[in-house]
Formats: sequence, C-alpha cells, structure tokens
Amino acid sequence: MGDIARLVGQRLGLGLIILLVISVIIFFMVELLPGDIAQAVLGQGATEENLAALRKEMGLDQPAIVRYLAWLKDAVTFDFGSSIVTKTPVTEIIGERFMNTLFLAAYAAVIAVPVAIVLGVLVALLRNSIFDRVANVATLTSISSPEFFLGYILILYFSVKWGMFPAISSLSEGMSFGELLNRTFLPALTLVLVVVAHMMRMTRAAIINLLASPYIEMARLKGTPPWKVIVRHALPNAWAPIINVVALNLAYLITGVVLVEVVFVYPGIGQALVDAVSKRDFPVVQACCLIFAATFILLNLAADVGAILTNPRLRHPK
Amino acid sequence: MTNAKDQVLLDKLAHAAREGKISRRSFMHYAAVAGVTSTTATGLWTSSAKAEPKRGGTYRLAQHDGNSSDTHDPGTYITFAMINLAHTYRSYLTQIEPDQSLGGDIATEWSATPDAKEWTFKLTDKASFHSGAKVTANDILASMNHHRGEGNTSAAAALLADVADVVDNGDNSVTFKLNSPNADLPWLMTDYHLAIVPANEDGSANWQSGDGSGPYKLVENEFGVGSRLVRHDGWHGEGAYFDEVEILIINDPNARQTAVITGDVDAASQLENKTLGLLSRNPDIKIDNVASAAAVTMPMHTNAAPFDNPDVRNALKLSVNREELIEKIQFGAATIGNDFHHSPAMPYFPESIEQRPYDPEQAKALLKKAGAEGLTVNLSTADSVTSGAVDAAVLYAEHAKAAGITINVVREANDGYYSDVWLKKPWCMVQWGARPTPDVMYSLAYKDDASWNESFWQNERFNVLLRQGKAELDDAVRAEIYTEMGQIARDDGGTVIPYFPNFVYARRGNLEHTGELAASWPMDGARAAQRWWFA
Repeated sequence: MGDIARLVGQRLGLGLIILLVISVIIFFMVELLPGDIAQAVLGQGATEENLAALRKEMGLDQPAIVRYLAWLKDAVTFDFGSSIVTKTPVTEIIGERFMNTLFLAAYAAVIAVPVAIVLGVLVALLRNSIFDRVANVATLTSISSPEFFLGYILILYFSVKWGMFPAISSLSEGMSFGELLNRTFLPALTLVLVVVAHMMRMTRAAIINLLASPYIEMARLKGTPPWKVIVRHALPNAWAPIINVVALNLAYLITGVVLVEVVFVYPGIGQALVDAVSKRDFPVVQACCLIFAATFILLNLAADVGAILTNPRLRHPK
Repeated sequence: MTNAKDQVLLDKLAHAAREGKISRRSFMHYAAVAGVTSTTATGLWTSSAKAEPKRGGTYRLAQHDGNSSDTHDPGTYITFAMINLAHTYRSYLTQIEPDQSLGGDIATEWSATPDAKEWTFKLTDKASFHSGAKVTANDILASMNHHRGEGNTSAAAALLADVADVVDNGDNSVTFKLNSPNADLPWLMTDYHLAIVPANEDGSANWQSGDGSGPYKLVENEFGVGSRLVRHDGWHGEGAYFDEVEILIINDPNARQTAVITGDVDAASQLENKTLGLLSRNPDIKIDNVASAAAVTMPMHTNAAPFDNPDVRNALKLSVNREELIEKIQFGAATIGNDFHHSPAMPYFPESIEQRPYDPEQAKALLKKAGAEGLTVNLSTADSVTSGAVDAAVLYAEHAKAAGITINVVREANDGYYSDVWLKKPWCMVQWGARPTPDVMYSLAYKDDASWNESFWQNERFNVLLRQGKAELDDAVRAEIYTEMGQIARDDGGTVIPYFPNFVYARRGNLEHTGELAASWPMDGARAAQRWWFA
C-alpha cells in the first residue's frame, strides 16, 4: 500500500500548488471587475469624500499586491480573514452555508449514484431493448434541460398543481430531520435528474465495452446467467471509469448548484459567492472558490485511488 | 359638531371611510377641520371604516433584492431588502403616510424659523428601543451625526451636507441648523438611511447590535437569507398588528411568485410585469399596482447641437407614443410622464399642466422651423437601465419615424454604464430612484450647477424658482412654484420622461390594508409590516 500513500502525498502537494495559483488568478480577476467595493457598497448617492473614507477604512488604498500578500500570509495559517463589507469572519459567513450545500449534495448523491449504477447495469443487460431506449431518452432529456428549467417544472407539478412538496426550501432552526428531507426534496430531485444520465451512460458504455472481451465469452460459454456475467465479471473491471464519472458529478453537486439554490431559495454557498462577487468582497469570493477547487482536487484524488484499489493492474504500470 | 356644513363634510368622510378611500390619518385630519374632537373622531372612524385592523398572525414576506453582504449600518443600506427591513425594526423621525402626506414617527411635530434655516423636531416620549432604553434626543444626535462630519462613510452624507449642526434643546426636542434655507427638511428625514439607532457613551451611533425602535424586534437574522421578528410591545406608533413577521429573501422573481401562489408566503415585494396578466386571474391573490416617484428619463445634452435648440428637443418629446411604451414595455404598470421630473406620487404635483400628446405632425413642423428636417440622432441605452430598456428605445425609434426622425439605438455595455455613458453620451436612457420631493429631484439633476445636471440644462427662471421654492414654507405658494417649474421643464427642458414605473407587489387575499398605499417604496412605503393586518 506504500505506493498509494506516496501517490496521495504527491497529489496533495500538487493540489496545494494548484490552490495557490487559483488564489492568485481569483484575486486579480476580482481586481479586474469594473467598479470597486466602496462604489458597490455606497451606490448612487456616494460622494468622492465618503468613497475615499470608505476605501481607507477597508484598506483599499494599499496596492493590490500588498493586499494579496497580506491575505496569503493569514491564509497559510488557515485564517481566511473577514468580509471586507460586513467585517464578519469568512468562516462564519460560509460555514453554515457550506454545510447546507454538502447536505444537499449528499442527499442528491445518495439517491443518484445507486439509481444511476443500477440503471446502467440494467440497460447494459437489456441493451437495445425498449427499456434501454426509454431510459436513455428520459435521462438525456433531463440532462439537456437547464437545471433551473427542470426546477420550475418540478415546482409546477409537485408544489403548485399537486401540493406534495414545498416550493421554497428555506431552512429554519429546530427543523426535524424528516421535515428537512421533505423541504429539500425538490432541489435534491432536480440535481438527481441532472447527474443521473452521465453516470448511467458511462456505466452502460463501460460494461458493454467489456462484453466483447474473451473472458466474458468464457463466462457465457460455461453457462453463467447474463445478470451474473455483468455483475460478477464485467462490473469489477468497469469500476475505474465509473468511479471517475461519479467523482466528477459529486464535485458538480457541490460547485454547480447556484441556479438550483436560487430557484428553490436554498441557503447554500453558491448564493453567498454570487453576492460576494457583486460586492467585490474578495476574501469571501476567494474562500468560496478555494473550497470549490479543493473539492475538485480531493474528489479527483479519491477517484484515482478508488480506481487503483478496484483494479490491481493499475498499481503496476508497465 | 358645529353646523350643517360640517355635518355634510363628516357624512362624506364617513362614506369615504366605508369605501376604504381614505386613511385613518386623513380622516382624523379632516374631522379636526370640521371641528370634531379627536375622541369623537376616533369613534366615528371605528364605526364607519370599511375594514377594521385585527391583531395577530405571522406575516410572511418574500422579499426581493437581498444580499449576504448587507449590514446593520444605516449609512450603507442599499438593497430593497434592507430598506424594507429598516422600516420594520427601526424607526425614523418622520414617515410618508399611505395618503402620501408627511406624518410623524419619532417626531410628533416640527416647525421652522421663518427663514427655513432652523428646524425643530419635538420627539415623542413614548418611543423605546428593543433593548428597553428610551429613545432620547441624544440618540437622534448620534443617528444623524453618523452621516455627517469628516471621514464618514455614509451614502447619506450628501443629503445632510447642508446641515451645519444638530443640537439637543434639553426639552425632548432637537434642532437642525442649516447653512441655507430648506423647506423640505422634514421630508428628507424619511430617507431610509436616517434610521434612529441608540447612542454610545461617546456620542457615536451604536448600529452594530441591530437594536432599533421600530414596530418589530429582530429575533433571528441572516443577511441575504431572511429574518424573523416579533412585535415590539413598547412601539410608540399605531399599527403593528401582526404578532410575528418572517422575511424570506427570494431574489428570483419566479420563486417569489410561486411562493405567494402556493401560500408559502403571504406577500411578495415585487412582481414581474410580464406575468401580471396571468397572476391577476388567480382569485386568491391581490395585486397592488402603485404609481411611484421612480422615473425613466432620456436626457439630451442641451449645450450641444442638435439638442441646443428647444424646437428639436420638443420635436423629440412629441415623437414618442407614451401610451404604447407603457402598454408594451411596462405591461401597463407605469404612470405616464410629461417631461418634467415630478411624479404624481410626490407632493405638490401640478395637475393643471397639459399632457403632451404623441403628435408627429407637430414634431415635423417644429423641425422645419428649426431647419432640422430629417433629423438623425443616437440614443444610448443598455439592458440594465430598466426592464425592457433596449426594447423601449427601439419602439421609440419606430414612433419617431412618423415625424421623419431617425433614432439610432446604441446598445451600450451594462457594466460601467453610469460612468461611461451617462453624462457623457449626448442622449441616453437613465433610471432614477424615487426622491421624496420635487425640490430634491430638481436640485439633484436639473439645477444649473448640479454635478448630475444630466441634460446640462440652463434656465434662469427655473433656477430662480428652485431657490425660492426651497426657502418657501407656505405650501400653497410652493405648489404654485412647482407648477411653474414643471411647465418650464416640460416646454424648455432637455429631458424626455416617457413614464414613471409603478411598484407592483402581491398579497394573499386574507392580507388587508387601508386601500391607500405610500408610494415611496414597495410594500406601502416599506411599512406593510406596521400597517397591514390579516382579515
């Protein structure tokens, strides 16, 4: 297992360098946005004097590079600073919202991953049947529709017409877990519809690819039933690409949900990021983006490790 | 009861009250004019008013335009969500009443010296902060000084720039000393930045705690997400009928609308005009469509050709079909403009000025007179200016063809529109927020030396009248002054004002109000939580 530990170590080190580069890019992107925080905060009624006073108070009179280095110095010690606008620590602004985002992503993943893989196996088994066609058309339709549109359709039927689930997923303190699941069901379902197609089709393709292999032929010849051929013989070899796609979709569930948050009024991290960008509130933008970047890095790493663990051949590259 | 004439007036008042055409405040006012004591008048109001407010219930509002970087600092209130919240948990010296008159909030009465350079506000002794302390003159001073002085970071600094000093008179009143006369000061006190917050020991304002003296007290609050408030038992004013108020920030117009349709909330603070027609068919929902003092303007640079000729300016004003713009761009939710920046929602509105029609023939004649037949001009606009801004410009260009005018619509970038286009391009489209009085609006954007004089317009008589009106304390004289100024701006000014966009909001059928709505902000001047009730 030593080689895996080394791989993880290497990849984590590389990840840190990537995060550093990303933080530089984000900082200068925020700098490039027209207008500055003082203008965004004071709006139309601002005078030159109070703009200057506000800039000084927020430390914006310092050159950009000085501000970046000051931020970096704190960030190295995991102190991500405070919002320039509200003076609240970034961890406080983002903390709870990030947990909300994670919860919604987990909720969607718990439904989507098993459904996608089971469906993938089934359509591989029944390939070119009417079931295969219907499942493909349905999932492709849902992945091709913009997610806010899917959200509106679900709201129209499940809330407005049938009144089964609430249209607004606002959270309040002291909500029971059951109530929470009920409130967030529609956004979770929207996300499930968006990610299932990708994972299901990859499962199907990976399995069908293997079905032409000689060892599958062998299994068939010795009289193994078709479902067993797929589950016992094909699937273990297909895990690597499937895990990769699952990881990619999990990352999407965390980083790509701002539209769903807006449609369902769910207090996640995406909305916080949009708000911070509109105010040019750099520390909050930076923290959100680094969380997103770290999510991608870690999930990709997990996918690679997972692929290696399920396929011993990958541990000994020729 | 005095005589037959007063009795007739009272009968009329009672009738108006039953029909819901008159607010309680105006009822009391007119009843007092008719010589009725306030106790009798209150009795009369209660027996004749159409709907009587009931206490109780939780009022849930879907609020637009909230941001997670909103703060409790009144100097940087900027979003509609904060304007609405501020009127719910904090109070002001004065307030705009549902009948658009000026009423008291923390101040009970106010008066000026004859030169309008000193204003004294007498404070109510009933007001208290949610933390328990009484609201004193000291708190008023701290709240006002928060926007004044060197190095302050308030967006209201310009508004109070003329205030030389605010002093505590020691008898529960404060006096504002001004550098120059300003008859509008009590109106300015309704500005949403000028919320009253408690004073610190050192005289600075303690806004950080979120304490206030408004009708509701914050219990839970997360900026950009929502707030929960409960009734403040020590509230000094009328109303606050709900037990609790829940404000949910919903920035997506579709989600707001869905929430009010499904009953997840009781009201939505802003609707999209294009869905009004469909929504109004829903029997459970009532829509309030209120003329506002916000405006869409198209200022021409009157110091440059071809706009330096008043005939050219008037020809352009005659070439726009305002009714069609309102119908097609605003879906009917706007009030017609008449090329002077004074909305019917502002005080002293001059009814007598004739509405300018769409008259391409007359426009043609004016252009001929100016020697500018077949005029070609550029009109700059951007999508972010107002909803349907580019479409409105294109429609205007079509209207103007009938007068032989070619308007080239120039679509500018949304970002930086107000720094690169406004005041720079010779003719552009602008959206103005509501201002409380004509004086504030004219001083800001039409005065000869104003830095935002967007049409670079110089009219001597207009500016003389502006200065005169600012110092005039007699309402009747002021109304005459603003009528003349409106006429001058309409006939000589360089700004086309096609319409004033309305505030459009929705409520569930069981949510009631007096039938009159303050037009300063959406949701009854942002005071729905204080004034409305459940049937």
